[in-house]
Amino acid sequence: MFTYVVRRTLAAIPLLLLISIILFVILNNAPGGPLAPYLQNPHITPADIERLKHNLGLDKPIWYRYVVWLGQILHGDFGYSTSNSEPVLQAIWERLPATLELMGVAFIVSLTIGLSAGIFSAVRPYSLWDYCITTLAFFGQSMPVFWFALMLQLLFSVHTIPLPGGYAIFLPSAGISTTDTFDLGDRIEHLIMPVIVLSLLNLALYSRFMRSSLLEVMQTDYMRTAAAKGLSRRAILFKHGLKNALIPVVTIVALSLPGVLGGAIVTETIFAWPGAGRMFYAALQNSDIALMMGYLLILAVAVVFCNLGADILYAWLDPRVAYD
Amino acid sequence: MATSIPANVEPFDDDEAVYSKVTFWTRLRRHKLAIAGIVVLALIALCAILAPLLAPFDPNAIDNVHWQGTPLPPCFQDHVLCGGHPLGTDAVGRDLLSRLLFGARISLQIGIYTVLFEVIIGVIVGALAGYYGGWVDWLIMRITDVFLSIPLLPLLLVLTAIVAASSNKAALSFWVIVVIIGALSWPTVARLVRASFLVLREREFAEAARAVGNGDLRIIFRHLLPNAVAPIVVQATLDVANVIVLESTLSFLGFGIQPPTASWGNMLSDAQANLQIAWWAAVFPGLCILFTVLSINYIGDGLRDALDPNMR
Repeated sequence: MFTYVVRRTLAAIPLLLLISIILFVILNNAPGGPLAPYLQNPHITPADIERLKHNLGLDKPIWYRYVVWLGQILHGDFGYSTSNSEPVLQAIWERLPATLELMGVAFIVSLTIGLSAGIFSAVRPYSLWDYCITTLAFFGQSMPVFWFALMLQLLFSVHTIPLPGGYAIFLPSAGISTTDTFDLGDRIEHLIMPVIVLSLLNLALYSRFMRSSLLEVMQTDYMRTAAAKGLSRRAILFKHGLKNALIPVVTIVALSLPGVLGGAIVTETIFAWPGAGRMFYAALQNSDIALMMGYLLILAVAVVFCNLGADILYAWLDPRVAYD
Repeated sequence: MATSIPANVEPFDDDEAVYSKVTFWTRLRRHKLAIAGIVVLALIALCAILAPLLAPFDPNAIDNVHWQGTPLPPCFQDHVLCGGHPLGTDAVGRDLLSRLLFGARISLQIGIYTVLFEVIIGVIVGALAGYYGGWVDWLIMRITDVFLSIPLLPLLLVLTAIVAASSNKAALSFWVIVVIIGALSWPTVARLVRASFLVLREREFAEAARAVGNGDLRIIFRHLLPNAVAPIVVQATLDVANVIVLESTLSFLGFGIQPPTASWGNMLSDAQANLQIAWWAAVFPGLCILFTVLSINYIGDGLRDALDPNMR
């Protein structure tokens, strides 16, 4: 097991290098290159551009610049964010807690609801409930995330829904809190809509996978044996069924994590959530290329490590997987 | 010679083809939701094709007669104020229904052209990897690894933002969007084709085709590819849905189709700013995306069941 982990981790290094090369090439061969934002500025003369190119080392061969750039990245220097006036890594680091708060809650919500819904429909296959859940999951996967967010804002922030007794559901549509001091109720109110939106996609994915995986396990011989032994339905389901059905689901869950980071860009932008995703969107609009690349690189590293984690978890959970 | 011999060598495969064609239609017809999807999608496609005839107004024209600075409501909500606009107007007084109809053209065309582009690249690359194996395969698979490791939406946003920064946002034309999305989404198709080719190239009919002296290109496109079509068709169908959502997301965020050209995504972007005063501008474009994507996904699901029930 240990050698397996070491070998897989070492295999991730060339992949990460390749990712960095491709991102570097895209950045440098994009029309205009890294100086693109300056080319539009009428106050910057061609002579200034030449001087900038020389000062930034852009007149050196591309492989040389890549090595220098990689060296800086490895030392934690991701460049300087022009839109935030601070180093890229620091800018991302400062906004990470808000993003992680949103992602963490959304992850827990989508995991609990998604898995329960999947189990619920798998134990009653082809029933009305199963049909409703699978249809909802299909809707969830087909719905554009940003439109779902708009509809929630329309329903709960713009046109509040009146309830009997004079109450009404009103949810704040932007930001992380209204007060400067910490107020748990207020924080939770602000979390509700972004969390629903961010969980939607994975909720649908998890429930569909959980359902098909459990359905497959239910047809195996050992489940029939367990039933023949006279075990209760509950014991069969939880002790024999779920344990085995969860193995492939774990992989999907690990692989879906980076997608949440991508979804956070849209969600945070719409709900004005002060996280890294919203900052990334601001960087796009301000042509802050250093920040864009830094964010992309961190996302790619997260994907590689999630894949690695999924492989290792799978090998650890399923004894049938050979390590070598 | 070369044409007659393979026909004699693989009579079994021909039978198989006839058999599966029959089961394909019966299986697809059993999938009620896929049939519903086909009907809905056909209606949407018809609306898109006939948009110039169906649209009651010019999609980019501002109604100077009725519009007074606030978006006009749909006729079913207020038949006096609506000024003859069935679904009302957007914030600057353009007819919503006409824009929706022309937006359908953009969404469907982006979906179709992008997937065509993606499938052409994916098939060529995947066929090379699967057929030749060895270092070609190794190299191609490492490249697909890289593309599959960078989350698609952020990468798309960065590329479109760089294009926009280097000249201006008007540079983000229809074809630029098609090429950018297509150039980044071929690896999934390439992997599918490679996986099929790895199996198919070892089959007897492939060996027979080689034995009678067919060239590599002929074997790849004439003998192997037709047998690998099923998974490609399913993936391509589902990808049309994915691309439509991606394009609308890009347009919503301002890095897709640029105004005044109507796309469902950029209509929603305008609608977000006017959520307080014009619910209709936010609801209808989204419903269009939802129904289009939903029907394509159901068609894809039906195709998967019909073409190969074991493929799930």
